[in-house]
Order: sequence, then structure tokens, then C-alpha cells
Amino acid sequence: MAFLEISGLRKRFGTLEVLKGIDLSLEKGGFLVLIGPSGCGKSTLLGTIAGLESISAGEICIEGQRINDLHPSKRDIAMVFQSYALYPNMTVAENMAFGMEMRGVPKLEREKAVAEVAKTLQLEHLLKRRPSQLSGGQRQRVAMGRALVRQPRVFLFDEPLSNLDAKLRVDMRVEIKRLHQRTGATIVYVTHDQIEAMTLATRIAVLKDGELQQVGTPHEVYNRPANLFVADFMGSPSMNLLEGKVLRSNGAASVVIEHAGTDPIVFPAPTSADVATLTEGARVIFGIRPEAVSDLEGADGNSKSIATFTGQVEIVEPAGSDTFVVTSIAGKEVTARMRADSDIRVGQSHVFALNLDKAILFDPATTHRI
Amino acid sequence: MSAADLVTAPPRRPTSGQSVITRVVIYGLLLFFAIIYLVPLIVMVMASLKPLDEVTGGNMFALPKSPTFAPWIRAWGEASIGVSDTAGISGYFMNSIKMVVPAVVISTLLGALNGYVLTKWRFPGHKLVFGMMLFACFIPFQSVIIPMAVILGLLGQIGNQLIDATGFSFGFGNPTVNLVLCHVVYGLGFTTLFFRNYYEAFPTELVKAAMIDGAGFFQIFRRVLLPNSTPIIIVTVIYQFTNIWNDFLFGSTFAAGDQSPMTVALNNLVNTSTGVVEYNVNMAAAIIAAAPTLFVYVVAGRYFVRGLMAGAVKG
Repeated sequence: MAFLEISGLRKRFGTLEVLKGIDLSLEKGGFLVLIGPSGCGKSTLLGTIAGLESISAGEICIEGQRINDLHPSKRDIAMVFQSYALYPNMTVAENMAFGMEMRGVPKLEREKAVAEVAKTLQLEHLLKRRPSQLSGGQRQRVAMGRALVRQPRVFLFDEPLSNLDAKLRVDMRVEIKRLHQRTGATIVYVTHDQIEAMTLATRIAVLKDGELQQVGTPHEVYNRPANLFVADFMGSPSMNLLEGKVLRSNGAASVVIEHAGTDPIVFPAPTSADVATLTEGARVIFGIRPEAVSDLEGADGNSKSIATFTGQVEIVEPAGSDTFVVTSIAGKEVTARMRADSDIRVGQSHVFALNLDKAILFDPATTHRI
Repeated sequence: MSAADLVTAPPRRPTSGQSVITRVVIYGLLLFFAIIYLVPLIVMVMASLKPLDEVTGGNMFALPKSPTFAPWIRAWGEASIGVSDTAGISGYFMNSIKMVVPAVVISTLLGALNGYVLTKWRFPGHKLVFGMMLFACFIPFQSVIIPMAVILGLLGQIGNQLIDATGFSFGFGNPTVNLVLCHVVYGLGFTTLFFRNYYEAFPTELVKAAMIDGAGFFQIFRRVLLPNSTPIIIVTVIYQFTNIWNDFLFGSTFAAGDQSPMTVALNNLVNTSTGVVEYNVNMAAAIIAAAPTLFVYVVAGRYFVRGLMAGAVKG
């Protein structure tokens, strides 16, 4: 049995069901990121693990122990809140020690634990200050310290970085990753930022409208999204999705995409799809990430299958490290990632190369990957 | 012009004729109303520092020719109050203190507890309960006098039975305890309103964090809520202190003779029908009666407005 096991979890508010049967598991030392658009139920799910929200059906277990009906303080968890939720009337040291104080840990032991964690998080010089005298990043570290100091079985993070400015967010992200690697803590982390999810997680669970869309490693979720929603939600800029039709000849399948004005573009079916299931004339959605679309020189030399098409350059977005180029196929926008120094101008006609190894097909009716 | 000149040049201020006139009018009006507001106090202080013949014979705005503290001493410890044997208002002053302090403390604490439950531990029907508590704010004093008298009478009977049984009344039937009860019950609507609105804006995540940290219901209240409630506590204390200290109706109805609070004693002193009317002593007594509320306002007043805003903006 996994370290953290959630099965058949349902949560209703009156007649509104916000979690519709969630099954999740996480091994010890794992980092599970719950991600989804606002209102998808990810924070509610975290709340049910914490015990701050009751559940309508299902089961939550930590190390095989059913914790459904345990009070939050009895679950041996610690939570880092979005607003940090530091007690304004207490110093940093008192904030960190409060949980232990409530559990009757002797003063000397508390001070020792606080000193240790403060050293890890470089908070030693701040211990006597109050939260109002700290910067955003420092508050964030104190909130993490308060969770760490108790050495709980599971850490819960509720969008901990969303109140920080962009630069600090990246720094703290690295710090959380380092902390996870060093302490081997088991973490459940809620975010709506897919970069945080990709960089931090050992497992990502994508939620939408209270239902799990896909659970897997960041690599799986990114490269083999289970459905159109996951494909579109993960990745920035998001995946190019084009409508097409299947064409079969001599056992091989290709995808035909109508291109306005010119001949239709025909690609061999991507290697990721199960060719046998494709029937002649079936409608499919062809998905390819921007980094798999580039100019001919930039195309991946290791790729087994490259297709090309000629498109009009509509927008050029230099992002520093890369340049994103927007063109279109059949009236649908297609974003390509080029080298930063590529000499490309708006209005030009340009040959684009698609790395079909990275392409995937979806069934438009079910939205699932083929 | 050098750089130094630029730095030291005074900032330009709008000095058009209109703005000067506006300022004169505004400050003139403020000064005028401040004087109007202060006149009664000035007259009282003047009168209390003059011997009686100077008060009755002279101009009430005139400065005392031979200033004396004798009226103050007389008011505090010698003047006869109504038909009572007690001399001076000092005893009644202490009566009021003994009534006000527990009443303010209890009603404030209970209000805070109510506000805490009504915002952070919501139960079905919490809105109805709060609505009914608010109702207490709109009930006039006079209309509760008879029901209150019935209840206090009942408590008095219990007290008598306790005295028969144990020789001690445990506070039942004691006029000061009765008044504390009246004021706590009557004040609860207001204190609950203040604290509920304040805690409505209080971050619930702090309560959740404390729950995960293992703090119980009262520990969260005492360690997290209360220490972060200073502004609203001050507002409530000022409001309750002023109301209870200044109350005359409950005091004159439910306490008699030596047990009366300050307000009733002041009335009895001023309305005394024997001998000459000692205006200077009356004035001194009135100032003494007003002093505690004035003191509370001066010490904590700046929090009053701030706290009222804090509670009012969100909720």
C-alpha cells in the first residue's frame, strides 16, 4: 500500500459535487502536485487531506491508517497556506514553536528544533522578529519552517508561491525543490502554475471540474497527455491542436489537414498513435508542441520522422532564450519555437519542420489520446 | 542655478487667494465650534474653583479671584447626598467602579466569544442568532425595566434562601451584582456586533493553521484571536465603559441608598432640597463624575475611530 492513499473520495456542498470520486496514491518521499484551473477542486482536495474539509464519501489513508475522521491536529500533517497564515502577535520563533507548544513538547526541545530548522532555512537572524517586519520571501520561509519543525508525515502546500513576485517565486521554487531532495519529505502541493508543477513534482495530478484527468510523472503528463484538456493546460506556449482526417493506404495511415488556398498538408500518422485503430476518413485532432515545430536547421536531427510545410509568418515573439513564431495552418494558429538568433520577419513565407516523433493524435469525440 | 539650490529650494505650495480664504473659513469654523463645545466645561471648572459667594455674586466666565479646592474636598468627602448618612460622593464613586469594571470586562469577553463563534465556528442558523442578538441594540432601556425587575426579584429570593441555608448570599440579590447583570445582558448585543464584524474580516486561514497546530477552541480564541483584537477591544471597552458609567435609569431603579452608582448620587446631591444650593460643590462633583469617561477617551480615543473603521469597512 502506498504511503498516502486516497480512494473514491467525494465531496458535496449541498447538491453541488466538487470532488467526483478521486483515486490517488503517493509513495513515501514523493512530491505530488495537484494542478488545474481555478474552481477545479484542487484546494478542496488538499483541505480534505488536511482535515479542514469533511468528505462525503471515500477514504484517505496515511501509512495504511484511515484518517478520514481524525481531527487535523491528529493526522500528523503540516500545512503551508497561500497567505502564510503566520500568527501576527507572535515572533518567528514563537510561530514555529506554537504547534509543538500545543502538543506539550518541553521548552528546551522546542527551542532546539526551532534552532535547527532556522539554520536550514537561514532564518536565524529573524527569530525575534514579528511577521509584519518580514519581507514576502522571508514570511514564506517562516511558513515552511513552521511546517518543517514538527517533522510531520505529510506536508501540504496550498499555492505557497502565488503571493510572491516573479523573481522570488523562481528562487523559492528552487528552495522547495532543494528542501524536498534533502529532507525526503512527502509533499502534496497545490498550484495552478504548470511550470511549478513540472519542475517540482515526482507525480502530477491534473484536475478539472472535480475529476482527475491524468496522473503521472511530469514527463508522461507533458509528452503523453491523456486528453485534449491536459494537452492544452500543460505547457507554455500551449500545444498546437489542428483538426484533420485520417487517410489510409497500404496499411499505413496519414493525417490530412486542409490548408486554405493550397493543397492539403499530409503527414504520416505520428508514431505515438496506434495505427491499427485509425479508420479511413475518421476525424482526428493532431497535436504538436511548439518546441517540435521549428525551421529546417533547427529540426531535431535524431528524429525518425520529419514533415514540412510552408507557412506565412504572422507574429514574432522574441523571448530571449528562444523566439516564438506564430504561423497558421488552415486558419488555426500554430506556434513554433526557433533559435533566438533566427532571422525571421513578419510577412515572410517560411518552411517549417515538424518533428512527428513528438506529435500525438486525439479523438475529437471523446477528447482522449489515440 | 546650481544643483544645491535646486535641492534646497522649498517646495512650491498653492498660495492663491482662494485657498487662503478657504483655510481661514475652515479653521475659523472649527475654532468657533470648539469654543462652543468647551464653554460648559470651562464654566464648570471656574465655578468649582470659586468660593460660593463668588459664584452666586459674580460673572460665571470670570476667573476665580481667590482659587480654592475646598468645593472639591467637600464634594468628595463631606457633602450630604440626598437623605443618606454617607458624606461625599466618594463611596458612590467606588460603587460605580465596582459595577463598571466587571460589567465591561464580562460583556467584552462574552461579545468577543460570540463574535468568534459567529464567524469562525458557524453553525446552521448562525445568521438568525446574530440577527436576534442585534435586536438587543434596538430595545430601549425603559421597556426592559419591568421584566428585569421580575428577574432580579427572583434572584433576590434565591439570595435570601441561600442566606437562610448557608448564611451567605453568593451575590444573589446584591445591588451591584444586579446592575452588572443588567449591563452585561444589555451590552451583549453591541459587543457581539463589534466583534462579529471585526472577526468577519479576520483571516480564517489563521484559525485553520492553529487547528492543524493542535490548538483547541479556547486556545485558538485566547492565543490567536484575542491578541490580534486590540483595536476592537478598545472600541468596545470605551463604548461599554461610557454607557455603563453614565447609566442613570438602571442605577436609580435597581439600586437604592448607599448602593447607588455615581450618577444617581450626583442627582441626589444636586437635587437636595435642604440648605443653600452649593453650585461650586455641585460643579466639582459633576466633574468628578465625568472624569473617568473623559480619562478613557483621552487615553484610548485615537483607537476609537481607527477601530470603528476597522470593523466597519469589511463585513
